[in-house]
Amino acid sequence: MTEKLHEYVEMLRVRNADWVADVKDAFGEVTVTVPAESIERACHYLRDEAQFDMLADLCGCDRGPEDDPRFEVNYHLFSTIHYNRLRLKVLLSEDSPRVPTVTGVWKTADWHERETFDLFGVIFEDHPDLRRILLPSDFDGHALRKDYPLRGYEPYSMN
Amino acid sequence: MGLENNLLESLPDVLTVRLDAVINWARKSSLWPATFGLACCAIEMMNTVSARNDLSRFGAETFRASPRQADVMIVSGRVSRKMAPVLRRIYDQMPEPKWVISMGACATSGGVFDNYAIVQGVDKIVPVDVYVPGCPPRPEMLVHAIMMLQDKIMNESVKDRRDTIESESRQSLVPGTLPITEGTAAEKLTEAEVAQDQVSRPYTIPSRHEKRRSS
Repeated sequence: MTEKLHEYVEMLRVRNADWVADVKDAFGEVTVTVPAESIERACHYLRDEAQFDMLADLCGCDRGPEDDPRFEVNYHLFSTIHYNRLRLKVLLSEDSPRVPTVTGVWKTADWHERETFDLFGVIFEDHPDLRRILLPSDFDGHALRKDYPLRGYEPYSMN
Repeated sequence: MGLENNLLESLPDVLTVRLDAVINWARKSSLWPATFGLACCAIEMMNTVSARNDLSRFGAETFRASPRQADVMIVSGRVSRKMAPVLRRIYDQMPEPKWVISMGACATSGGVFDNYAIVQGVDKIVPVDVYVPGCPPRPEMLVHAIMMLQDKIMNESVKDRRDTIESESRQSLVPGTLPITEGTAAEKLTEAEVAQDQVSRPYTIPSRHEKRRSS
């Protein structure tokens, strides 16, 4: 079922073995863990050579303050040509949650990355306009982090 | 027709009446709500206007899309913190006299959404005249709230509003911010009380309007 997907992973590995840190195959889905510094080049390669022309979703994940690496950024790739889906995953430590932007690969990543920055505090380097998108601009903290208190940090000032 | 004949027979040409009674009667008989649906309560609000419940029986069916033409703001649904400055701005744009109905549990107290994103009660932002409980309230309850508001309007005096117009006029209207008012003595007192009460209510926001228009 996932043979075709493993071919794309193999293409990626042949292109540069460092790009594929780990491969997981579960429930008919293939997840490739990519080192943060090479995610943009890997995405470029998959878009141009493997026809993954659409970024279906880009989202963050917080595994909790105890875990290291603490944050994930997940890239859900889709191809409108061969209809396959592939997931790329970047693991980030709490000390430097920085990852290169993929807005140069897919334009749609712009707002997705802003959302991930807004809610998890992941910094997307070289993003054209990295500011909050869902929460108010004067918001303190990043709301979807596991250690963020449900009611916020302080009595929120209305002024 | 019959009515005119009967009235002219039984009434004199000139009536002496309190000014408040006439003005309040005119105000309460044509309340124009602002179209301001925020969440699922807005569905019930639409139903209130529609044929079955027919809010026009009480003179409040003319929902206006522009706050400049509205008297009543029906806050129907949860107010997120990002929406709060917008809500306040719409309220400021409404001309006096104006009233606010807080519809439903979320607008009144935050409801089930006791979290960082939702304002815990719209009375933190605007002064509320009538609170409607329910999740969502039935249209009958909103009709009842309108009737309660009409009763309240009938008990108001034109003189009461003079101060309000002046204080409402010193609004800062920077886009995306809330107006900073100097605050009356009563409001400052309320703020001091709330500040003292912080230990027991750590997540409430000091309200400038709690003591205002409490009739």
